[in-house]
Amino acid sequence: MDEFFLRALLGGVGVALVAGPLGSFVVWRRMAFVGDTMSHSALLGIAVGLALHIHVAIGVLVAAVAVALLLGLSQRQRRLPTDTFLGILAHASLAIGLIVMALLDLHGFALMSYLFGDILAVSRVDLYWIYGGAALALGLLMIIWRPLLSLTVHEELARVEGVPVERVRILFMLLIAIVIAVALEIVGVLLITSMLIIPAAAARRFARTPEQMAAFAVLAGAIAVVGGLYGSLAWDTPAGPSIVAAAAALFAAASLWPSRRGSGGGPSGSG
Amino acid sequence: MAQVLTSLARSIGPLVEGHGLAKAFGERSVLHDVAIRVDPGEIVAIVGLNGAGKSTLVRILLGLLSPDAGRVMRRPGVRIGYMPQRLPVDPALPLTVSRFLALSGRHGAGPIQAALDEVGAGRLGDDAVQTVSGGELQRVLLARALLREPELLVLDEPVQGVDVTGQSALYRLIGDIRQRYGCGVLMVSHQLHLVMAATDWVICLNNHVCCAGQPESITRHPEYLALFGEQVATGLAVYAHSHDHVHDAAGKVLPLESERDGTSG
Repeated sequence: MDEFFLRALLGGVGVALVAGPLGSFVVWRRMAFVGDTMSHSALLGIAVGLALHIHVAIGVLVAAVAVALLLGLSQRQRRLPTDTFLGILAHASLAIGLIVMALLDLHGFALMSYLFGDILAVSRVDLYWIYGGAALALGLLMIIWRPLLSLTVHEELARVEGVPVERVRILFMLLIAIVIAVALEIVGVLLITSMLIIPAAAARRFARTPEQMAAFAVLAGAIAVVGGLYGSLAWDTPAGPSIVAAAAALFAAASLWPSRRGSGGGPSGSG
Repeated sequence: MAQVLTSLARSIGPLVEGHGLAKAFGERSVLHDVAIRVDPGEIVAIVGLNGAGKSTLVRILLGLLSPDAGRVMRRPGVRIGYMPQRLPVDPALPLTVSRFLALSGRHGAGPIQAALDEVGAGRLGDDAVQTVSGGELQRVLLARALLREPELLVLDEPVQGVDVTGQSALYRLIGDIRQRYGCGVLMVSHQLHLVMAATDWVICLNNHVCCAGQPESITRHPEYLALFGEQVATGLAVYAHSHDHVHDAAGKVLPLESERDGTSG
């Protein structure tokens, strides 16, 4: 196996490792569009990062945090629905990002690699970044797991029970920002959300607890990475989109899987 | 449980208290100059028609909403068990009833099952939280509140899916729990006759406090009669009727067909 291919596999699995659990929360909290907005705005972060000669990941992180803050502000006003606001934010930042990229004379392959990822170019240093970011995000997620789950189920109940709702929510947004920064090189800004939500959605059918769903999502994501990369090698297709297509195929297969309804609902004697 | 009672005996003064509370949403004034207090061991009911500001008042007392005017004082560190109106959990989240209860703190399987048994929902532990009916869900929410050994139990009336029989059975259960734990209870209803049996103090709300007192005196208050006039007549009939039913079903979990359609929407 070529070394670049091995690095690509490792990088992709690293992303799946953290995208599974966080993506499960994105699904449960109906935040797919928020993830989309944060990842689209990442392009603006990249562009600004390139313009100012700072590390791209930092630009992405700053952009994602800015979106999270703006989103928090938007929820205090009632004039526009949140998804409209998110749509404006997503596409405005994508458009401005593209403009800045053009002004920096970045187009063609360089631009495409930011939009759709360049997993085959993952370097050893990139792997450190990916696994470092994934470990950090997973560690933080484990710490806030129960309060985050509690406020996902019922925010006001969690608040009455003493969960520091604002702090947990901001931390969760920060974790998504980290995942976006980490996943950028693998699938690019346009397809990052798919790595968050598709494996989690595929895992839902087979899970009976939140933790099971997170674990199965990791597995589904890893299978999609491996399948997508080998498919891309076999048919000479672009790697990032191939991974996402493999994930979608996995989701479709999971949806068609015969359901075993009522397996836990048998009669349990007289109550 | 014993420590609740001793701390209760030591403590004086209300669990939660509000004065001069006002709240408006945009142009619409929902609460105006409302005063309320709940003492330890006391059951206070807020009654009023839809849109009277009952839920808004509860949310202000819980600290979920800040009032435009007035003051709220909660006893420092008071443990509150809250039963919200509904539990809209996304179907994508695989969550059993037991696990839902476990979210309220570090509780083992034993106390969780005990809490479910106590509210007559012992067989629901492995069910998905999205599939339990409206009446069962209220009991599950009550079990979660009890796990916290609450000093104050706050119950917002469910918006849908619970019939009158199930509702009055629940209020009776809450009366029992008050006896057992000595906690204060704040409950909300748009039907006084349902809460009346167990209640010590009634606040009749119509964006302001139109009258307050013990349930027997409230039902004769002219403002109450003006507001609830029609409901009182029909309500008393329903109450007698439901009373018969609850005696029949006492001890069971009330597996009523009519309860089943509550959570599908």
